[in-house]
Amino acid sequence: MIDKKYLLDSKQMANFVADGYLRFDELVPTALNEAVHAEMEDHGIGRGTAGTPLSEVWSESSPIGSVFRLPEVQGMIHSLVGPDPLYDHHAVHTVQAANERGQHWHADAIIDTRMHFDIQFFYFAHDTPREMGGTMILPGSHYRRICESDVARYHNFLEQLPIVCKAGTVFVVHHGIWHCAQPNLTDRMRYMFKLRLNPTVRQMCLWNIDDLDDPSIPGILSKNHKWYGNDVRLEIVNRIKFWRFLIGDDKFDVGYWMGRLENLPENVLEAA
Amino acid sequence: MPQLRQKILVLYLHTPDLNSNVVAWSMYDGTGSTTPTTGDSDKPPYNSVVEAMQHGWRVVQFPQQFPAYPGMEYSTSYLRFEYILEKMEEIDD
Repeated sequence: MIDKKYLLDSKQMANFVADGYLRFDELVPTALNEAVHAEMEDHGIGRGTAGTPLSEVWSESSPIGSVFRLPEVQGMIHSLVGPDPLYDHHAVHTVQAANERGQHWHADAIIDTRMHFDIQFFYFAHDTPREMGGTMILPGSHYRRICESDVARYHNFLEQLPIVCKAGTVFVVHHGIWHCAQPNLTDRMRYMFKLRLNPTVRQMCLWNIDDLDDPSIPGILSKNHKWYGNDVRLEIVNRIKFWRFLIGDDKFDVGYWMGRLENLPENVLEAA
Repeated sequence: MPQLRQKILVLYLHTPDLNSNVVAWSMYDGTGSTTPTTGDSDKPPYNSVVEAMQHGWRVVQFPQQFPAYPGMEYSTSYLRFEYILEKMEEIDD
């Protein structure tokens, strides 16, 4: 049983709902970062079979297995996809030195209409300054229904976020988030370890819900990432629906956006 | 005879109003003098389509507007207010 102190709280979950990602800077210890970096350079990270329990993919002695057994990482996993997730796939993403072209924007896999969701870890085992990339993400893009590289015409968005970070930084993202590798202008190869996990339990109140009624949550769910333009209100509706799913309350609302739409009176007044 | 090549600027606006703010943008350069790519700027080159027009860009495509398909009223996908602009530039031949 995981210690409650490692679980995400409701405010973090609300940020995940609004932004599609959470960020944990310098979480992984230096020695482990160096071991994983070496493991990636040596092509030494074994591949699991899709649908295998994550706990069975890497041994406790392997560096990458140790990263995903850190209690803080286990807390994220438990909070988002439950205690025994399935390994979907992993990838050691690299960008060659002196590569001036950015990857096109895309979301992974294909159009995914589920409310249930997978998570992807983006783990940076070495320092990643802006001239090295890293991966660019688009906050709040995870509800958009697009198929992989359908969004490749776009180059830049207001509030796009290049992941610039120190070694040991972990991002955990919703499976739908748009992202692209950025140019690497340094003379060193850039690495990023990606891992996708699937839930095996209903994703409802898996985190520490002690602060579920925190008054800041409606505000968090109402963020405007600006690149939406006029569609921001539709995005808030998407978030309300997702939050309802996560907390198991189909009456939850923010600012009466859903209450107005769901007001369908059927009681007929008798004639006077 | 000067050799002309096309540059394409794609601006995505807050609303269909050509004066409204740019929220996303892309550049494609047929002159070959620059190689725009993803994430290469944090600020749009112009604040609106009208401002781009004032700098010599010609609008070559407007987005059409359609009512939401039944059942898709709250779904979001691509950016809806996409304007394509062009400028012809001389190249050294």
